[in-house]
Amino acid sequence: MPKLLPTPAQTVGPFFHYALPYERGNELALPGAAETVVLHGTVYDGAGAPVPDALIELWQADENGEAPSPAGALQRDGITFAGYGRCATDAEGRYSFFTRTPGAMDGQQVPFFSLCVFARGLLDRVFTRAYLDPAGVEKDLADVPAERRSTLAVIREQEAPGRERFRFDIRLQGSDETVFLEFSPATASPSDVLEAQN
Amino acid sequence: MSAPAHTTQPGPDDAADTQAEISRQIADIESEYLDSRESTGHELSSRLDYPPYRSSLLRHPTRAFAKVDPEAIELTSPAFGHRDVSPLEADLTIQHAGEPLGERITIAGRVVDGDGRPVRNQLVEIWQANSAGRYVHKRDQHPAPLDPNFTGAGRCLTDENGNYRFHTIKPGPYPWKNHANAWRPAHVHFSLFGTDFTQRMVTQMYFPGDPLFSLDPIYQSIVDPKSRERLIATYDHDLTTPEWSTGYRWDIVLTGARRTWTEA
Repeated sequence: MPKLLPTPAQTVGPFFHYALPYERGNELALPGAAETVVLHGTVYDGAGAPVPDALIELWQADENGEAPSPAGALQRDGITFAGYGRCATDAEGRYSFFTRTPGAMDGQQVPFFSLCVFARGLLDRVFTRAYLDPAGVEKDLADVPAERRSTLAVIREQEAPGRERFRFDIRLQGSDETVFLEFSPATASPSDVLEAQN
Repeated sequence: MSAPAHTTQPGPDDAADTQAEISRQIADIESEYLDSRESTGHELSSRLDYPPYRSSLLRHPTRAFAKVDPEAIELTSPAFGHRDVSPLEADLTIQHAGEPLGERITIAGRVVDGDGRPVRNQLVEIWQANSAGRYVHKRDQHPAPLDPNFTGAGRCLTDENGNYRFHTIKPGPYPWKNHANAWRPAHVHFSLFGTDFTQRMVTQMYFPGDPLFSLDPIYQSIVDPKSRERLIATYDHDLTTPEWSTGYRWDIVLTGARRTWTEA
């Protein structure tokens, strides 16, 4: 079967707030529950200014390293862990998720949160990962230069005695720009596809 | 002719350039691209670094992306069920007590992957301006009327064949502050999920024959003419329903996170 050419992406623009955020979209797990952790951060532009019109999506394994499959990502019932959440940044560029600590999948991979970033001014979404541990970055993404690895690891903060939370700031541009990911193609590259069609 | 007085202070995105200057930049980028593509191939996506779109200046990543193999979690997609989305959410004309103003339209199409396989039971979300070109958003302050019977947001799930369908109102063009006298072509925003995380996409659907296409730096950020034409819906008389709505067909192809050569 011939390969089809992709539909191009466009920016999410400034006015997505009444359409994409949904009730408790950032609550993958119940706030305050013993096993619930907070992942939060600020999105910055190339001048170091916070980005108040960004949208972050979080996809992750559960604490056993299983990819969640139950339906219910939009209707939070307080029980189902759907592994998916969405959070618009606030006026200070901040986002936060209530979730679970992801486990390592398949007994090999080191654990991470998968993040997708949309923003006004960003013409296509970008992907990144928030690793629980800088050593995980080195192990998983060996090609990332050592001086940039820290952009891919969470900072562990003390939320309350005996209770930590994770901070992951996202910098769209600049000397400390977050490392964004390009996933390897499963098949041919788009330009190969086009050549094949001509 | 002078522009109406603005009541808000100009911000960092309120570029003072004229349309002529923006159009010149658009033309220069396209000309350079057309000269180069014989030897280098075709671009299939928007450029992240597209200076005529002023808001992109400080928000486009500049470092090479890290090439990685997707892990298991990135080869899955969130699951949505019928308890997540009501069928009524696909009709943007029935969300209030009265009928919204404007040209009632039906937008339908298929969501498929690069091999033409249907993307089934996945969420499609849309949002748009009303027929006067105004969004229900506190930051949209241009003096076009708000329509009390139109919010402009809808959702549906694709069916077993990847089909989606919305009933809505044709949006109007609206001004924005990219440059002096900047107007966006009429468009509907689409948010799409594929069968895996790497296919996640947000884009915009445009209407055929819009005179603003050549002037708009967001639409022109897809520099390959054939690629950007993929964002234009087709008027479809078979979708048009008697005494009710005009029909537009727009099919969507999701192929994952591969970047085109310009950003490799």
